[in-house]
Amino acid sequence: MKPTNTRNPDYYHKVVDCQWACPAHTPVPQYIRLIAQGRYGDAYLLNRESNVFPGVLGRVCDRPCEPACRRGRLEAEPVAICRLKRVAADHREDITDRLPKKPAKTNGKKIALIGAGPASFTVANDLAPLGYECTIFEKLSEPGGLMRSNIPAFRLPEKVLSEELDCILDMGVELKLNSPVESMSAFLAQDWDAVFVGTGAPRGKDLNLDGRWEDGAKDNIHIGIDWLESVAFEHTKAIGKNVLIIGVGNTAMDCCRTSLRLGAKNVKVMARKPRQFFKASVWELEDAEEENIEIMVNHSPKAFVHKNGKLTGMVFDLMEYVIDDNGRITDQKVTGQTTIPCDDVILAIGQDNAFPWIEESCGIELDKWQVPVVDETTFESTRKGVFFGGDSAFGPKNIIWAVEHGHQAAISIHKHCQGKMLTGRLPNEVDMAPTKMGMFEWRYSNSYDDAERRKMNHVELTKRFAELDVEVELGFTPEQIATEVERCLNCDIQTVFEPSLCEECDACIDICPVECLSITPDGDEDTLRASLSASEKIAGQDLFVSSALPMTKRVMIKDENVCLHCGLCAERCPTAAWDMQEALIQIHHADDQDEGAVP
Amino acid sequence: MTSFTKPIIRRKNEPTNELGLVRADYDGAMSTLCAGCGHDAVTASMARAFFELSIEPHRAVKVSGIGCSSKTTAYFLRESHGINTVHGRMPSVATGAIAANHELTYIGVSGDGDSLSIGLGQFVHAMRRNVNMLYMLENNGVYGLTKGQFSAAADMGSTAKKGAINELPPIDPVALALSVGATFVARGFSGDREQLVPLIKAGLKHKGFGLIDVISPCVSFNDHKGSTKSYEHTYKYYNPAVHADYVPPSKQIKAAYDAGDVMPIELHDGGQITLRKLENGYDPRDRAAAVHKLFESGQSQEIVTGLLYINEDHKDMHEMARMDDRPLNAIPYSELNPGAAKLKEIQKSFR
Ligand SMILES: Cc1cc2nc3c(=O)[nH]c(=O)nc-3n(C[C@H](O)[C@H](O)[C@H](O)COP(=O)(O)OP(=O)(O)OC[C@H]3O[C@@H](n4cnc5c(N)ncnc54)[C@H](O)[C@@H]3O)c2cc1C
Ligand SMILES: Cc1ncc(C[n+]2csc(CCOP(=O)(O)OP(=O)(O)O)c2C)c(N)n1
Ligand code: SF4
Ligand code: SF4
Ligand code: SF4
Ligand SMILES: [Mg+2]
Repeated sequence: MKPTNTRNPDYYHKVVDCQWACPAHTPVPQYIRLIAQGRYGDAYLLNRESNVFPGVLGRVCDRPCEPACRRGRLEAEPVAICRLKRVAADHREDITDRLPKKPAKTNGKKIALIGAGPASFTVANDLAPLGYECTIFEKLSEPGGLMRSNIPAFRLPEKVLSEELDCILDMGVELKLNSPVESMSAFLAQDWDAVFVGTGAPRGKDLNLDGRWEDGAKDNIHIGIDWLESVAFEHTKAIGKNVLIIGVGNTAMDCCRTSLRLGAKNVKVMARKPRQFFKASVWELEDAEEENIEIMVNHSPKAFVHKNGKLTGMVFDLMEYVIDDNGRITDQKVTGQTTIPCDDVILAIGQDNAFPWIEESCGIELDKWQVPVVDETTFESTRKGVFFGGDSAFGPKNIIWAVEHGHQAAISIHKHCQGKMLTGRLPNEVDMAPTKMGMFEWRYSNSYDDAERRKMNHVELTKRFAELDVEVELGFTPEQIATEVERCLNCDIQTVFEPSLCEECDACIDICPVECLSITPDGDEDTLRASLSASEKIAGQDLFVSSALPMTKRVMIKDENVCLHCGLCAERCPTAAWDMQEALIQIHHADDQDEGAVP
Repeated sequence: MTSFTKPIIRRKNEPTNELGLVRADYDGAMSTLCAGCGHDAVTASMARAFFELSIEPHRAVKVSGIGCSSKTTAYFLRESHGINTVHGRMPSVATGAIAANHELTYIGVSGDGDSLSIGLGQFVHAMRRNVNMLYMLENNGVYGLTKGQFSAAADMGSTAKKGAINELPPIDPVALALSVGATFVARGFSGDREQLVPLIKAGLKHKGFGLIDVISPCVSFNDHKGSTKSYEHTYKYYNPAVHADYVPPSKQIKAAYDAGDVMPIELHDGGQITLRKLENGYDPRDRAAAVHKLFESGQSQEIVTGLLYINEDHKDMHEMARMDDRPLNAIPYSELNPGAAKLKEIQKSFR
């Protein structure tokens, strides 16, 4: 095989599974080490550089990092990355004067941001300190987008959200509330240097079955995201005793738990397919089931039933599926029907994009699903100077994606305003830093701790439902923090190999507790992998292959998949051919795009 | 000195052997040898061989003498029996243990110092008796533990770390073994576990005395230029001439072999050793040929390795001495100790 090029900035980045999986590439192990040292403020600020809302995301992030976490490949459960982020936010000292500031003077460039969700706020966060005059236009009376209007306060307290939005507004960002943009062409006629659309995917899908529009009945059938918004703004304060939620995604989970807090006694989540096909995350399902929500599988909605001008129930087809070895449904059949009584139904079956306010004449192309045509790197629409990001760009995703889109759009807007090519972006880079301090001493905690994942404590069931905004999760205790930080394997402390120093004594191979090293004659990937006792090809993780070794011309190989980053190979190597080095992955944002440019 | 331990990790999807044990179940305490010592690689190879053979750790016995090499019995098979004897006395203790219970699997670990100087007499007689054990002689040309004096295995003309030249002729354990009746004689190299692990497996399954002389460099005292037991020198003159694989009874494929290509040798347990990479005409069952090959290669400095001689027909100690087939702990006490009257009777027969 060709020797691995570890200088490719993506090589070591990929090894840090969590950081690679995070859309905003948050340097997870680095902030976990800061938490371990009690440097909560530093950990918070480091998080903020990439994900902007550590307090929010430490509670409600979709956490693509956790399923990717290396620890989860070695044993049952990943590091509680997300909840450690919350630790940084909860315990940070006052860091106000270390936040990016409003510059003394603006650069005179006017940027309009439509929609006050995480995407627009990220763009403002990146551009305001550079001198841009940012104005956010929001339809509703409060900023935050779905984070405010849809994510319930028992998961995300209002205060946490407001604090993190306020520190961006404090950078001199103007916020115009109750200001829907109703005509894009009129808006574009104003004097903007760039426009960013962060209006989300605001239309909840409906279910046009028999009985949907029956008078009387229709008032008890709600669209999930609209209903949550109306609860958040206190227009809706009650719901019937028996509630059916249709769908098992994120929205469904929030709808069922919110219903309990508005007085429902018997809430059922109705799923069309078996559990493995649910869109909601495992932890969301667990949290709902802890509150005695019943989740019923294989029920496909058929009709709404009403009597005397009142909704009384819903009819479902009972489904049966044929699932193949790859876990795909290959066939289905209806085995019967059932009617389930209820007082209210909440539809939580997805969202669509909708831009009734963008006229065709604007030159902003939308495809047949009303999704704008947006460049995946620059986030520019088909009209120059108009950018999209967050759910409005490619359909509903999540907060951390909205943040990453915001970062990328900010780079583009910065370049656009300077008249530079949008695609001339800085590539990621990696800096390597030594970690050896002496015999058996490294600059990180390299010993393997076999503790299991700490379980988040919750408010008692009897105390949660009285008020809408009792935060259910209590945060980690000091003991939990101390244990959980040690579970992180420090995947960014890389095993760096220098072939010319290798004596081929096999010391590293023998000491490696997970047997991921081997010295073997060169060959194709399958042959090389066969020489490892337990090599698994998993998506994303490579096989490291050295150049030919001096003595025998064989090669050193390493399966990056299971390495614990324990450093024992480097500890045991008599010639220091293996070394542990910290890979600092440089992810660029709008503020460092001009570095090195000729003034 | 060490201040770290190798963690024991139960990984998901770890390969297991027939007993359901994982490779790490055959590890021992953390090695305290110098980083890069060849002995650690031999330890790992022994652990792997026991794992692959699915030998229950508590049915194995490790015996050793004194030296860095002899220390290594602590570093594998943490759940088996073992004893570190006095310097050079391992062969007699092993002989006694095997006389008491020949049903266990015995592995001896020793060094060139331990076996070829103070222990030479014991070593030779264990081979003569064809004691049923595998004897690992971890050969680094020096007394590692006592900081690098030449051992009796040091080659003539090779130099010590500070420059002194060795003028005494070496004792070659392989040549010695061939001359005194060992029935499984091999040479290996700590740096080639592809060859070493199968050799150890074959040696453990061979009935009778098996010797593997393993070149196992001492990184601290004998890994310099001028040493003929350094990694560099060994890699340079290394010739893996005969490759032996052990095939258990259950996995045998009765295939026709091309002469000179693969040679199968039937073992007592019904398994088989298959020999590969044989030079044309070389037959490891021919003791004279083995001696010839050894001295011939010695002239070109070439280090010829692999299974050089095997004899499955020779009786082992147990058989030669017509000992009871049962281990002593399975013989009823009355039979073991027939009493004073019986003793008198025996004594009388000698008068
Ligand atoms: C019920 C529910 C729960 C969720 N839970 C999570 C979760 O736990 N974790 C997670 O990561 N993600 C979650 N999400 C998804 C997440 O909230 C969104 O992906 C994210 O908020 C998208 O951000 P955005 O900036 O693109 O737009 P949004 O947050 O949707 O904000 C868009 C804003 O634009 C405003 N707007 C729209 N049109 C106009 C206009 N014409 N003029 C002016 N203003 C306008 C809207 O009022 C809104 O305030 C959830 C979504 C829902 C529906
Ligand atoms: C009776 C006795 N004499 C001398 C010694 C000192 N001594 C300890 S180890 C050793 C030689 C070990 O050499 P070797 O067997 O080659 O082991 P290595 O350390 O090289 O692996 C000697 C002479 C001793 N421990 N006991
Ligand atoms: S072990 Fe730590 S660094 Fe590695 S993937 Fe998990 S959280 Fe990230
Ligand atoms: S750091 Fe080295 S010894 Fe530790 S698991 Fe990774 S390769 Fe193995
Ligand atoms: S002194 Fe030599 S033989 Fe002993 S442990 Fe160190 S390297 Fe190995
Ligand atoms: Mg020695």
